[in-house]
Amino acid sequence: MLKIKNINTYYGQVHALKNVSLHLSAGEIVTLIGANGAGKTTLLNSMSGIVPPRSGEILFYDVPINNLAAHQIVKMGISQVPEGRQIFKPLSVEDNLGLGAYLYHRRKGEKEQIKKTVAMVYELFPILKERKNQLAGTLSGGELQMLSIGRALMARPKLLLLDEPSMGLAPMIAQEIFRVIVNLSRENKTTILLVEQNARAALKMAHRGYVLETGRLILEGMAADLLENKEVQRAYLGKDKKEIWER
Amino acid sequence: MNIWDEKNECMSRDEIEQLQLERLQAVMNRVHKNVVHYRKTFDEAGIIAEDIRSLSDLVKIPFTTKEDLRLNYPYGMFAVPLREIVRIHSSSGTTGKPIVVGYTKNDIRTWSNLVARFMTAAGVTRDDLVQIAFDYGIFTSAFGMHHGAEAIGASVIPMGMGDTEKQIMIMQDYKTTVLVSTPSYALSLAERLEQFDISPNALSLKVGLFGGEPWSEKMREEIESRLMLSATDNYGLSEVIGPGVAGECSCKKGLHLYEDAFIPEIIDPETGKTLSPGQSGELVLTTLTKEAFPMIRYRTGDITSLDYTRCECGRTMARMQKVMRRSDDMLIIGGVNVFPAQIEKILFSVAQGETPYQLVVERKGAVDNLEVVVEVTDKIFSLELQKQRSFLETVKKRVSVETGISVAVKLVEAKSIPRQDEKIVRVVDKRQL
Repeated sequence: MLKIKNINTYYGQVHALKNVSLHLSAGEIVTLIGANGAGKTTLLNSMSGIVPPRSGEILFYDVPINNLAAHQIVKMGISQVPEGRQIFKPLSVEDNLGLGAYLYHRRKGEKEQIKKTVAMVYELFPILKERKNQLAGTLSGGELQMLSIGRALMARPKLLLLDEPSMGLAPMIAQEIFRVIVNLSRENKTTILLVEQNARAALKMAHRGYVLETGRLILEGMAADLLENKEVQRAYLGKDKKEIWER
Repeated sequence: MNIWDEKNECMSRDEIEQLQLERLQAVMNRVHKNVVHYRKTFDEAGIIAEDIRSLSDLVKIPFTTKEDLRLNYPYGMFAVPLREIVRIHSSSGTTGKPIVVGYTKNDIRTWSNLVARFMTAAGVTRDDLVQIAFDYGIFTSAFGMHHGAEAIGASVIPMGMGDTEKQIMIMQDYKTTVLVSTPSYALSLAERLEQFDISPNALSLKVGLFGGEPWSEKMREEIESRLMLSATDNYGLSEVIGPGVAGECSCKKGLHLYEDAFIPEIIDPETGKTLSPGQSGELVLTTLTKEAFPMIRYRTGDITSLDYTRCECGRTMARMQKVMRRSDDMLIIGGVNVFPAQIEKILFSVAQGETPYQLVVERKGAVDNLEVVVEVTDKIFSLELQKQRSFLETVKKRVSVETGISVAVKLVEAKSIPRQDEKIVRVVDKRQL
């Protein structure tokens, strides 16, 4: 569904992505792993149009999107769940979700569909339903992350870009988030590109993975093979170190 | 018709090319980081990984040759620390030293699955009994086929080479259904069966997987009718992975080359220029998925051509023609690769100087014979008879130890080997396949 060929992205003079090529097939969970500063978030931002690549090509269902603005890319069916949630704290939970559906509000006959999507989000994250009238600022970290994913889903994306969804969360909550991600892929057939600090957990969820190192892709492979790759183990999995909650 | 890995073997051309580009860029970054040889040659050629923006940029990258592998003996071409290597194989070098290749745990799994592809394509299933009549040694063939058969879940009988009578007994008693060997060995088996008056109908053989040496359609017909099985060809070389680069499907119209794991190119062996699809030339391979021993544009020395048209079996991978020729002077004797230079070096060192000689290859029945014909020089002539005999014995023994093949050595009169323009033709290959 998505093909990236040779993209180069810069922050001013800093060459952050060097000739990156990557593809996603419909229904896949693909994870990007790499150290801090390797360019994982930049790659997501390049795809969503927040930091457009300076050269190269991004095709979404064979349509070039690398020159589109972020809001147009959302319209094409790509939503990003940003790092650090970026929730509107003075608004209620339900209003935050409503913002995610901004594409549809003015369209006729969409009211029902929006309601259905909200219901779907509440089904995924029942806690949000309980808190729907609460101000987002009063939510816990885990609930904020759920709300952030829920808001992205309101745009009914075909491709969901997730940036560090487990960051700062208690292990139990992180696991809950991971469970929902796998569900989204299995049941809604949403394609997912996942950037995750917990590389082991990400590789266990994903079908495939890419390893990014200082702006360059150095490995592509089935997630199971990457888990067995010694270079990956050494650099990103903390070899022989098992997190307690992953059993 | 069964396909082992439908997702990868039946990709659209567009998908194959995207995957190849991604993996090529990744492997370029990896070898530049981890292998001194590649870092040096890329720097000398003034190429960086970022110059590879499409598959057509491949031509900018320098070739890797057997000479490069020799210079980096033993571990110089490894891309991972030795501690991560779980297997070491070797292949024939052009001099006394072999070429060393390594595998990580993932490489072994990748390899198993590649071999399982052509085994499945030939009709092997988990219900089969696979008798492997390749040498279980430092060469890759026996182990590669072994892994593939196990991955499928078939029962493997690791016979190894030789002892034809025992092979036949086991084939009869264990009810072997799949034979893995060189094509010429399959013919020796057939001969022996006829001597023993055993009808192939009394055996349970249904599939033969043959490789390791060139063989013709005529040989295929002969093997199929004499052993009553379906004979298929497969291709590989130790430097690249071993068996598992390409293999025939039941259509038997070329060997599907697994393009998700290797990028094939056909070049003119003289000029190094890339030839267009369909043209015949030397096969050059780049590995895309190997961890321990990645090869970038490795010159295989095998002459073939590639066919990108769709095969009836549903696989989309390009098909290579059966390899019948080499671009260099490498000889394949009973499935073992030998370079004339290896034998020359041994001969000259035993004779303590240059000696006129000729290598004569013949196939007697199904067995390859290599004879080293040596002209008597004054130095040899002056030896006592006993010493002359021990000279011949020493050459024979050293060739056998260093190359793994047995040869006959014979002395002839001075100037009796025919000359062309004052020069002896070094190798005479009288085999007709």
